[in-house]
Formats: sequence, structure tokens, C-alpha cells
Amino acid sequence: MTTELAGSQIIIELVYLIASVLFIFSLKWMSSPTTARHGIWAGEIGMLLAICGTLLHHGIVDYRLIAIGLVLGTIIGIPLGRVAMTAVPQRTALSHAFGALCVTLVGSAEFYLRSPDISRFMMSVLSLEVILGGLTVTGSLMAAGKLQEILPQRPLTYKGQNFVNFVLLAGAVVIAVSLVLHPEARSLFPFMILIALAFGVLLIIPIGGADMPTVISLLNGYAGLSAAAMGFVLDSKLLIIAGALDGSSGLILSIIMSKAMNRSFTNVLFGAFGQVQTSAAVGEEARPVRSATPEEAAAILSAANRVIVVPGYGMAVAQAQHKVRELYDALTKRGVDVRFAIHPVAGRMPGHMNVLLAEADIPYDRLIEMDEINGDFPQTDVALVIGANDVTNPAARSDTTSPIYGMPILDVDKAHTVMVIKRSMNPGFAGIDNPLYYLNNTLMLFGDAKAFVGSIVRELGGGHG
Amino acid sequence: MNSSSNLINALFIFVLAGFIGFEVIRRVSPLLHTPLMSLTNALDAIAVVGAIVLVGEHKSTLSAVFGLIAVIAATSNIVGGFLITDRMLKMFKSSRPADKPVAK
Repeated sequence: MTTELAGSQIIIELVYLIASVLFIFSLKWMSSPTTARHGIWAGEIGMLLAICGTLLHHGIVDYRLIAIGLVLGTIIGIPLGRVAMTAVPQRTALSHAFGALCVTLVGSAEFYLRSPDISRFMMSVLSLEVILGGLTVTGSLMAAGKLQEILPQRPLTYKGQNFVNFVLLAGAVVIAVSLVLHPEARSLFPFMILIALAFGVLLIIPIGGADMPTVISLLNGYAGLSAAAMGFVLDSKLLIIAGALDGSSGLILSIIMSKAMNRSFTNVLFGAFGQVQTSAAVGEEARPVRSATPEEAAAILSAANRVIVVPGYGMAVAQAQHKVRELYDALTKRGVDVRFAIHPVAGRMPGHMNVLLAEADIPYDRLIEMDEINGDFPQTDVALVIGANDVTNPAARSDTTSPIYGMPILDVDKAHTVMVIKRSMNPGFAGIDNPLYYLNNTLMLFGDAKAFVGSIVRELGGGHG
Repeated sequence: MNSSSNLINALFIFVLAGFIGFEVIRRVSPLLHTPLMSLTNALDAIAVVGAIVLVGEHKSTLSAVFGLIAVIAATSNIVGGFLITDRMLKMFKSSRPADKPVAK
């Protein structure tokens, strides 16, 4: 390096180095629930060090405004940290929007402070920063709105949608290139931001509720990448590292989610799921199903040795987690081995179902991933499906015409007895008929998940009302 | 403002950090993917350092206003992110040390 760093600058950089190391440990400790809380402490200490180090920065003259920002941010942050566990997906989407907002605003301010004295490479990175940041802001807000059900959940598609999106993106790139060549053309900059913001909205409009886990992960990746780009602009190694960590995390989760739905990124972004219902609705009108009462269900469950519960988001909607926990207790007391099969896309974001069950005090070592538990279904006496639909649909294995063909599913149909708690025979979230319900070893338990599980628990004599 | 060698250094850091991220995150239990996302969200809000400098230097009204909003947005992510990650992780309990034995 050609320039000597001032003394305080060296201290700040060393503090940032320590913070970077702590951030990496923070993520490393997330590998297991036994060490995960150390991870938070490492992250918090790293963050505190980095902020304190930054306050030593020699150019800072206005501490009052910084204090106002930190206090206001804390006031907004506390309620966002206290939302219900069912609302975590929309909270997460909202925080992607906030993170990207910070990045976009800082990038814009840096442009106006530096222009026209910006090198080509710097201007390219800065454009990348604000375009990625801008589309993540509005895209995440849209995702949060859909998850909160302020906005319609079903995909909105129109003719030429992909073309419009492509033209918009191309427009943003053209402006970025002109700015790289002529960084003094300040008036172009706001248009680049506006296009990025509009693109974010249009990107999420055609995406349906069932694809939200993938979309949230993807937006997480974008937020990380834009932060890393901001690190290039500000020449902050700490920010580059944090952004790269966040970006790779979002990318890995998106890949896992796409695989779990047997779909590619491009398919999620341009496919508009939920629309392909035509083949599903044609099925026969009234195929016979067998149903059972809570008494019968309780008798079968208490006679079983091995039970696997398959929870889906419907269970959370019915607020049945705590009744399920009582059922788990009652059966465990009778010596029944009860485990939970977790599909990667159960819930509305990666890992959401685990959090919902953990909140109901179900031990985490009873929560088993799909790949690990699928081989156990043939030796299982009862598979109890609560509020899950598509992830148990055997058509995904065999029916090439099914819209979910090829999607990895939980092989519940291989259990000796399958019990499905469901309100009615209406098809679920994605509107796809489920042949599981018509199998000879399937018993339909019609009713509200919470009430029905409650009745079973009462029959088993383990409930408290 | 920076020499191109600085940018190359930054690129090295980015690529290497990306590899570390990939290897570390790959080992995170799927059990904890939701807390992982809220944690990386909080860590990503380290962007607040850039915003703090922007506000503190107060070079122009625009940069101070943008910086202030950016500080607020990032701080709310830090506080909210760590808070909810901690709440979630507290809920994860194992059955093994518990009083009632698990049936085999």
C-alpha cells in the first residue's frame, strides 16, 4: 500500500478484523443448536466492536445525528424482534428491505458526494450496489406484503410480463453503462434507482405464496451481495466479508429450497406457479374416502409403536402446535415413539416449521429432516398428517402430468396407516388434488386441526381440556 | 479515489470470504435455517458503519439525511435481528437431558 495509515485508522482496521473473525465464528456456531447461542454472542460483540471502532473515525464531526439514528433504529428494532413466530417470514422479508434500503441510500449519497470523480470500476460497482439494493427494497416489501396477506397471495401474471421485466432491467443496465462512461451525468442516476425499484415490484408480482421460501432466500442473497458491493465502494473489508457471508447464505438456502420444490431459480422467478391447476381439477368427482372419529384415531394411535407426525403450515394457521405437543406428551407417556418429519419447504421460509414446533416445546431431536426419515415410513405404524398437503402427495413420484411431478416428498403413503387431519376435501394451497386421501390405508380425520388433536388428546386421557 | 490495487485486494477478500461463507453455511443444521437467516440479516446490517461515517462527516445535507435514514434502517435490523434470533434459539430444547426418558 502506498499511503501510510494514521494511528487511529490502524486501530479501527484491527477492530474490524476482530469483528470479521467473530462474524465467521458466529455463523460456524450455528451448525448445532447446542452452540448456536454462542453464535449470537459472538455476532453481538463483533457488531458492538465494529460500531464503537467506527465512532473513532477521524472525519466524524456530528455525533448528535448518529445518536438520533441509533436510538430511533433501536426503537423500531425492538418490536421487530418481538413478533410472533408465525410472523417471522414477513419480518425477515421486511428486514431484507431495511438492509437493502440502507445500502441503496448510502450508495446514492456516495455517488452525489463523489461524482464526477469516480473511476469506471468504482462506478460499475456502485451501480451494481444501488440496482441490487433498490430491487431488493421493493421486492422484499412486496414479499412481506404477500406473507402478511396485505397483498393478494396468488400470482399475478399478464401477457409479455417477462418481456417488460427484461426491458426494464436492460434500461437500468444501459443507464449504468452511461454513468460508468460519463460519471458527471448526475441527472441519470435517479432514473437508475427508479427502474430498480419498479423492477423489484414486478419481479415479485408473478410469484405465488407457495414459492415464498425460495423468494425470501433469494432476496437474502441479493441483500448480501449489495452490501458486499457497498464494501467495495467504501473500501471496507469488514463490509465485503459480511456481505459475502450473507450473500452465500442466501444463495445456499435458495438452492436448497429450489431443490426441495424440484424447480430452478429461473422457474421460480419466471414460472408463476399456482397458475398450473388445469390438469389437477379434472379428477373424478366423488371418489370414496374413509374417515374416522377422534375416538377411533386415539385407539389406533395408542396401539401403535412408531408414529411420525407430518406437520404443515396448516397446523400453524390453526394454531394447533400446542395441542400437538400435548399429543406428543400423551403418546410418549404410553411408550409410543413419536417423531416429526420436516419437509424443507414446510412453513413459509427455510426452517420455519422447526421454529414453530420448538416454540411449542417439542424437543428438537424429535424433528427429523425429510432425507433422514423417509426410509423409516415403511416401518411406521401411523403417519399423522396435520395441515400438510403437497409435500405428502404421491403424485409427485408417479404422475408425470402432475404440476408437482419430481418434487421430493415425504413418503407417508408407505406407513401402515395414514391419518390426515383436514377441514374438507378441498385442494390445498397450490390447488393440486392429492391421491393420498383415496388410498386404502388412509383415514381422513375431518375437522379443525386444533380441535381434532385436542379431542384425540382427551381420548388418550392426557390433555388438560 | 482508490488505486486499482485496492480494488483487486477487495476482490480477493470477497472471493475468499464467499468460500468461507459457503463452507460454513453448508454445515448449518437445516433445523436452524430460520434463525440462520435472521442472524445473517443482523450481521449484514454491519452496513451501518458506512452510514454512520456518512452521517458523522455531514458533508452535505443530502448525505446526512440519506445517512440518517440508513442508520435507522440498519440499526433496527441489528436490534431486531439479534433479538429474534435469540428468542428462537432459546426455544430449541433437547429431550435427552429432560426428566422423562424417550421410549425406544
